Amino acid sequence: MTIRLAGILIGLAFTAVLLLWSLVPGVLNFSLPEEAEYEAFYEPNVAPEGGFSFEGPLGKWDNQQLQRGYQVYKEVCAACHGLKYVAFRNLGELGYNEAEVRALAAEWQIGDIDAKDGSDIERAGLPTDMFPEPYANVVEARAFNNNAVPPDLSLMAKARPDGTHYIYSLMIGYTEPDPEDQAESPEFETPSGLYFNEHFHNINIAMPPPLTDGVVSYSDGTEATTEQMAQDIAAFLTWTAEPQLVKRKQMGWFIIIFLIFATGLAYLSKKQVWADKKKK
Amino acid sequence: MSFAWANQYEPKTAFTKWIDEKLPLPRLVYNAVGSGYPVPRNLNYMWNFGVLAGFCLVLQIVTGVVLAMHYTANADGAFASTEHIMRNVNYGWLMRYAHANGASFFFIVVYLHIFRGFFYSSYKAPREMIWLLGVVIFLLMMATAFMGYVLPWGQMSFWGAKVITGLFGAIPFIGEPLQTWLVGGFAPNASTLNRFFSLHFLLPFVIAGVVILHIWALHIPGSSNPTGVEVKSESDTVPFHPYYTAKDGFGLGIFLIAYALFVFFLPNFLGHPDNYIEANPLSTPAHIVPEWYFLPFYAILRSFTGDLTIPFLGTILIEAKLLGVIAMFGSILVWFFLPWLDKSPVRSGHYRPMFRIFFWILVVDMLVLLVCGGLPAEQPYVLISQIATAYYFLHFLVILPIVSQIEIPKPLPYSITEAVLGKDDTEAAPQPAA
Repeated sequence: MTIRLAGILIGLAFTAVLLLWSLVPGVLNFSLPEEAEYEAFYEPNVAPEGGFSFEGPLGKWDNQQLQRGYQVYKEVCAACHGLKYVAFRNLGELGYNEAEVRALAAEWQIGDIDAKDGSDIERAGLPTDMFPEPYANVVEARAFNNNAVPPDLSLMAKARPDGTHYIYSLMIGYTEPDPEDQAESPEFETPSGLYFNEHFHNINIAMPPPLTDGVVSYSDGTEATTEQMAQDIAAFLTWTAEPQLVKRKQMGWFIIIFLIFATGLAYLSKKQVWADKKKK
Repeated sequence: MSFAWANQYEPKTAFTKWIDEKLPLPRLVYNAVGSGYPVPRNLNYMWNFGVLAGFCLVLQIVTGVVLAMHYTANADGAFASTEHIMRNVNYGWLMRYAHANGASFFFIVVYLHIFRGFFYSSYKAPREMIWLLGVVIFLLMMATAFMGYVLPWGQMSFWGAKVITGLFGAIPFIGEPLQTWLVGGFAPNASTLNRFFSLHFLLPFVIAGVVILHIWALHIPGSSNPTGVEVKSESDTVPFHPYYTAKDGFGLGIFLIAYALFVFFLPNFLGHPDNYIEANPLSTPAHIVPEWYFLPFYAILRSFTGDLTIPFLGTILIEAKLLGVIAMFGSILVWFFLPWLDKSPVRSGHYRPMFRIFFWILVVDMLVLLVCGGLPAEQPYVLISQIATAYYFLHFLVILPIVSQIEIPKPLPYSITEAVLGKDDTEAAPQPAA
């Protein structure tokens, strides 16, 4: 009895504190947050027509596409962005054979020390090397990029909500601001040193437009439109973020089918065990 | 203890006889989860979640121990070693996704287990101790899960740790030195990560210990059941094995299917993308949110927005932050008092028409808090979570004690057997207590 009475009193006192000191001022000063000015210019992520081959529960990598994406990374992104959790040996998963992987690795210069005198040297990459960092350190990265640090791309597709579509959208998002929105917000102006991108969360991004039609020439003959390259790099970076994606889903099918079968058996055995205890 | 009609363990071979004399472990298992434990025959599927929670604990310990073999508890290497597990360790990705989603599913199972307890008043005499130990387990789980989320050393790990350890700073006088001592510095740092790893490895075994006490305490009065009527005769019970091992086996299958769907097809759905960015003390994420299973309590914490002041004088008695911290811890501590707050003699919500309505309001209330906890601290979400928080406390501290006084329960069945079969012919049935 005492506990219940104390409980009721504490509960009422507690609720009164909440209602009088937090809720009432909240109601009195109630105002919905103002929509940030730039939100009118922002467009949510979009997906390419037809989607990506690896999407959905039965999705598979398109190795041709991943190889093209690698080419875009190497020839465009790698100038500023690292891929530090990925090794050259991993490229074997894109359908390259061992000799090709060795040749691809050798196209990169890796910092090392001389085996004889310990001096700093650069040597050709080996399959066991990780992708090299584009800058020696963060200070250098800032110095070269107008004080913005280009993020590592290994995990980009998982480090943003809906990451694959985010990367694709960002690549094709360098448009002109909508004149109507601009008329409504005349004070809007892209600050100097930044670039308007309708799919970037606060619409002005430090990265200059990386892709222009034909900036790479694909070795498989695919026409290198911005749209095509955007898809390819989004696919490649999805692979770098989650190399086991397809394997995981395939394994998932086996496990789920097995579990459904096993659960069915468990259900039947449960029914049999309980048969004599149920209402007849 | 057990009922008089419980099956007795009889070792048959020379070897089992020898074991039984030296260390009667098979006997213990037989009496705990074997044929020697008589259980009410009418348990519904809500009673599966105790066994499932035990399964989750084992799953977390097994996957966790494997992960610990490859993980580096060092601020410079933790994030990279997590990626090493994901990329280079054979099936490391499976271990990590199984562990991360295992935590979420552990909480789903335990929340269902707790709400089963709310609905069927599993906390009532003579089962108070089981309930109290259960709340202790839940608190330990929260601590373990929180520290586990810090280990990958991503942005949410770091900033979540900063926010949660910052709560201790709200305690008057000793708050700040206490926080510095707990964290090992003025903000989460390398020593925080190391001590969290150490404790994250230790606490699951503490949980396992309290689970043993929880089951021990359960075996004294025996399991409760959906009618809330105590066992009267042998026909009210069935041996745990094979009846409930079979039923739990089926329940486990359903659980594993749901779990596997997340592990293999949506492994990051319950996580946060920011945690794939390495911790950076200089860059604060736009919205710091804890893992989904903490969101109701996070919403309660944030709903105290005003300092408690003396009206017109403006003297601050208690700061809003401290009020929020008290409310957040209080929201779980109040569960400890449930056996004494709800004095209705009827256990099961099926026979309590008023209580039942408030129970479902509480369920909706918790879901509202869960959603609000994940949204930014802006209007109208703050207002909604304030109302939901007020209801939460009113439910346990005011509504429950009053309802248990004024409610007229529906008539109870004479016995469990009658509830199941519609009649009870048991001759040996003793007279019902007046």
